[in-house]
Amino acid sequence: MSATAAHPPSAPVMAGPRQRGYWGNVAHRLRYDPVSLVFGALLILIVLAVAFAPLLAPFDPYQESIVRRLKPPGYQGRYLLGTDELGRDMLSRLLYGGRVTLLMGMLPVLVATLVGGGLGVLAGFAGGLINTLIMRTMDVFYAFPSVLLAVAISGAMGGGIVNGMIALTLVFVPPLCRIAETATTQVRNLDFVDAARATGAPLRLVLTHHVLGNVLGPILIYASSLVSVGIILASGLSFLGLGVKPPVPDWGLMLNALRQAIYVEPLICALPGIAILLTSMSMNMVSDGLRAAMDVRS
Amino acid sequence: MLGYVARRLLAAVPIALGVSVVCFALVHLAPGDPVQTLLPPDADAATVARLRELYGLDRPLPVQYAAWLGRVLAGDLGRSIATGRPVAEEIRRSLGNTVLLAGLSVLLAFSLAFVLGTVAGRWRGGWLDRLVTGVAVLGVSVPNYWLGIVLVIVFAVELMALPASGMAGDAFDPTSWDHLRHLVLPVVTLSMIPVGIIARTTRSAVSEAMNQEYVTTLRANGLPEWRVLRHVLKNAMPPVLAVMGLQFGTLMGGSILVETVFSWPGSGFLLSKAILARDVPVLQGTILVLAMIFVVTNLTVDLVQSSLDPRIRRA
Repeated sequence: MSATAAHPPSAPVMAGPRQRGYWGNVAHRLRYDPVSLVFGALLILIVLAVAFAPLLAPFDPYQESIVRRLKPPGYQGRYLLGTDELGRDMLSRLLYGGRVTLLMGMLPVLVATLVGGGLGVLAGFAGGLINTLIMRTMDVFYAFPSVLLAVAISGAMGGGIVNGMIALTLVFVPPLCRIAETATTQVRNLDFVDAARATGAPLRLVLTHHVLGNVLGPILIYASSLVSVGIILASGLSFLGLGVKPPVPDWGLMLNALRQAIYVEPLICALPGIAILLTSMSMNMVSDGLRAAMDVRS
Repeated sequence: MLGYVARRLLAAVPIALGVSVVCFALVHLAPGDPVQTLLPPDADAATVARLRELYGLDRPLPVQYAAWLGRVLAGDLGRSIATGRPVAEEIRRSLGNTVLLAGLSVLLAFSLAFVLGTVAGRWRGGWLDRLVTGVAVLGVSVPNYWLGIVLVIVFAVELMALPASGMAGDAFDPTSWDHLRHLVLPVVTLSMIPVGIIARTTRSAVSEAMNQEYVTTLRANGLPEWRVLRHVLKNAMPPVLAVMGLQFGTLMGGSILVETVFSWPGSGFLLSKAILARDVPVLQGTILVLAMIFVVTNLTVDLVQSSLDPRIRRA
């Protein structure tokens, strides 16, 4: 293992840990964290499999058949994971279903990171009345348990993928805003920010260089830990009938539809949940690994 | 202390008002005119207008909100579209079952997670710590509605040892063996996430307390290790108790999925049925009550914690 891999080509070959830079250090620590690497690889595998579902799926996920309903895994040697309650190939449906689930779980976190993170940095940097306005509004949304808020908003709006994603975004904005605000307030009161402003650095530069550079880390770590929650909540909404509508495949919806079949083919019923569990578990492990690798104190 | 209590109570008022605004707004998030859900689709314009007037929907929103808030404070949450019964009565009937479920789940989670977290925090970095940390991650990664289905498959379908769903009666009777049996699977399922969260909190609280100087002093004085641990646990307790309290509030509002899986007749199941039936008054009322319970739980935890630890009051 050479130390050069983590460097741009121009970096000196004999660089010690001091010259590596912050992100170089993070990458270096991650490389020696086998648990995070394994789960990271698994996560990439899942995302790739889902993204290339049309190429990988052996069957049409909508193709029903009365004669091959609820067949066990390996049926006829062609249906590797068996078939569902309408005779559709489980493997194909899981591959296609992950697209909706992952999109519904990840996009809200991304949007909330931009919106919540932005509002939090604004509140922390501006202080005063703006801070009070933003943070007290967030407190109101904080007063709902996350599952309840997601169900309330998407339930009131009438369900569907888009409404579900709006609901999840609203769930994730307040915690991200709070993290960003805390981090920004801490950084803003440090001497080097005052020094930068005193020497006449333009506000834009102070914000992007000094504040964002120090605040982005905690926000991203926190956001990565929310992806797992997002996937579980998104499937939960579909499970309650608030996400996609049948026959579109989705892990949460499949889990609900297959509940009726637990007396016939229990293993098939558990499959969509295993997909959710593997994804959220990998995401959590990667997020924990990132947190450890980005912790400067350790 | 009294000043602190007064300040916290005052701070909770605007939050409670904000929550009520959000719940009021939920009705207006619904696509289309709220009246449309009450009338057949072929209702003529005059009927629609009459009903709008009757419900005060023709008045400006702030006026509607004030009128609504007045009714809510008087205990009137409207009537269910599906059953015609008062929403407050439906909620009252189901709330106790959710309190039972959430309370037992938090207790179970605490007794399990406290032991796990203490072991992990005391021997941080050891193989036991890794095992516990793994279990904790698994606990928060498992979709609990799926775990519920798996437990039903194993214990109700395959082993036929426990009932799959329901509560075996209208009112819970703790002396009835059958009632207790119906509680097992929902309680175990709902406790999975709090086990993960409480174990993590205990682990970090214990390992932080282990690094304090008084531990060195106690050891230097020749105190046996189990008595050192007793001091450490006393110091690690407040944050763990706080998280436990917060988890109760979270489960009260978050048990909807588990209650749906087990057809447990609590307020979460009520909410889930209201969503399927597009029963907006029940949806709105249930969410308002559960969110208020969450606010009150958080406030209580805050006050209890500050009475245990004077440092919080000064902050």
